[in-house]
Amino acid sequence: MSRPDSALPSATSQPAAAPSPGRVVLSTSDISRALRRMAHEVLEHNKGASDLVVLGIPTRGVELADRLVRAISQVEGVDVPVGALDVTMYRDDLRSQPVRAAHSTSIPDAGIDDKVVVLVDDVLYSGRTVRAALDALGDLGRPRAVRLAVLIDRGHRELPIRADHVGKNLPTAKSEKVRVRLQEHDGVDEVRIVEPATEETR
Amino acid sequence: MKHLLSAADLSRDDALQILDTATQMHEVQHREVKKLPALRGRTVVNLFFEDSTRTRSSFEIAGKWLSADVINVSAKGSSVSKGESLRDTVMTVAAMGVDGLVIRHHASGAPQQVAQWVDAMVVNAGDGMHEHPTQALLDAYTMQQRLGDLDGKHVAIVGDLTHSRVVRSNLILLKTLRAHVTLVAPPTLMPSGIADWAKAEGFDTSYDLDGVLPHVDAAMMLRVQKERMSGGYFPTPREYTVGYGLTRQRLKVLPEHAVICHPGPMNRGLEITADAADEARSLILDQVSAGVAVRMSVLYHLLASSSEGVQK
Repeated sequence: MSRPDSALPSATSQPAAAPSPGRVVLSTSDISRALRRMAHEVLEHNKGASDLVVLGIPTRGVELADRLVRAISQVEGVDVPVGALDVTMYRDDLRSQPVRAAHSTSIPDAGIDDKVVVLVDDVLYSGRTVRAALDALGDLGRPRAVRLAVLIDRGHRELPIRADHVGKNLPTAKSEKVRVRLQEHDGVDEVRIVEPATEETR
Repeated sequence: MKHLLSAADLSRDDALQILDTATQMHEVQHREVKKLPALRGRTVVNLFFEDSTRTRSSFEIAGKWLSADVINVSAKGSSVSKGESLRDTVMTVAAMGVDGLVIRHHASGAPQQVAQWVDAMVVNAGDGMHEHPTQALLDAYTMQQRLGDLDGKHVAIVGDLTHSRVVRSNLILLKTLRAHVTLVAPPTLMPSGIADWAKAEGFDTSYDLDGVLPHVDAAMMLRVQKERMSGGYFPTPREYTVGYGLTRQRLKVLPEHAVICHPGPMNRGLEITADAADEARSLILDQVSAGVAVRMSVLYHLLASSSEGVQK
C-alpha cells in the first residue's frame, strides 16, 4: 500500500502461478543479488553494523527490510534490529483517496534515538511516501541519521528526496506501472513493468 | 459510511476494519509523542446535551491525538439553557464550518435527526436509552484483545437491560461479529417484547444468571441505572445483588478464561462486587483505555477521507 503503482490489490489477489502481464525486469536471483549488494553498501557506509536500525515501510518494504537484515547478518555475523514503520496517518493524500487501512508500526525495544535508521521500501517514485516516513520517524524519536534503501528507483520525483542504496534504477514512463511481487506476500519474487496498453487488455 | 448513528450502520467488514485500525491507534497511546497528523485542519465539535465526563474526554483526546481541532459545547451554560431548540443549536454550530459533530443527547433518535439537518459527519455518543455505538465498539475491541476473534464466542449481557443504551448497540455489533449473546436480567428489567426480537434475531434471553455463567466467554455487567428508574424494579439492592450481581461466589462458576466487562461507572456492591471488579479477568480499565483508541479509529474512518470505501 505504500503507493498506488507498486501494490495494486490485483497483484496480491492473483495466485502465484497465474501469468502476469508486462515484462520481468528483476527475477528471483536478481532481487537477492541486489539485496546482498545493498547489505554490503549499508555496512560499508556505516563502517559496520553498530547503531543500525532497519525499518521497512508496509507492506512490501517490511519483507525487504527483513531480507536486508538477514543479508547483513550473513555478511557481518551480527543481528541488526528490524521493525516496521507505517506511514498511513502521515500521508498528504488522505483526503483525496478512500480511507487507507492502517498497518502496524513496530520499533525495536532500544528505540531509534541516536541510531542510524535505514528506511526500506520497494519502489521510490514521487518521494511522498518517504516524506511521510520522515514525519512519522520524527514522532518516534531522533535518529542520528536516516538513510533510504529502495529496491527500485523509477524516477519522477516530486520532492527533493533521493535514495542512498538502490537495488535497480529503472527509468520508466509515468504511464507505466512497476509491480513488485515478493514471495512472502505474493508467492513469487519478481519485478515487472506493466505497459498501460497491457493493463487495458487484461 | 458517512455517519455512525447506530451499531447497525456497521457491516462486518466496517466493524473489523475499525477494530483493526484501533489496534494501530492503541500503539500511539504508548508513545512519547501521542499525535498523528491524519485529521489536521479538520474541526470536530463535541455537542453534549447530557453530562458525560468519560465519553466526552475520550472523544476529545481521540480528536486531539489525530490533530483535529476539538471544541466542546455543553448544554449547561450555552444557548440551550436559554431555550434554543436542538435544530437551531446544531445549525448554528454547523454554520461555523465544522467537519464533524459528536452528539450526546437524552432523547433517543436525536443524532439521527441531526444527521438529516447538517452536511457534517455525525457520531452518536449516546442517545437516551437507544444506542451508544462507540461504547459497543470499545467493548468488542477489549474482549477481542483478550479472547481473540469473537466469532462463536458466548457473551452474557447482564443487568438493567431496560434502561441501557449500551445493550442495544452491543447486541447488534456482537451479532455482526458473529458472537453468541445471552441477555440476562430479572423479569422487571427485561424489556417487553424482547422474546420476539430474540427469536427473530437469534440471541437468547434468561432470568437465570447462575445457569448461564458457567458457559460464557465474557460476562458484561450493566450498571443499574437508578437515575432512570421511576418505579420499583426490584425490592431491595441486596435482593438484586443476590439474584444478578457478579459476586465472589459467582466468580467461582465463571470459566477460568472468561473475562468481565462493565461500561462504567460501576455501582460497586450492587451489580458487581469489588472482588470481581478488581480481578485479573476484569477488563474494566482496559475498556477505558481502549475508548480513546476506538474513537480515534472511528474519527479517522469517518473524517480522514472525502471518498467512500477503504483502500487496503
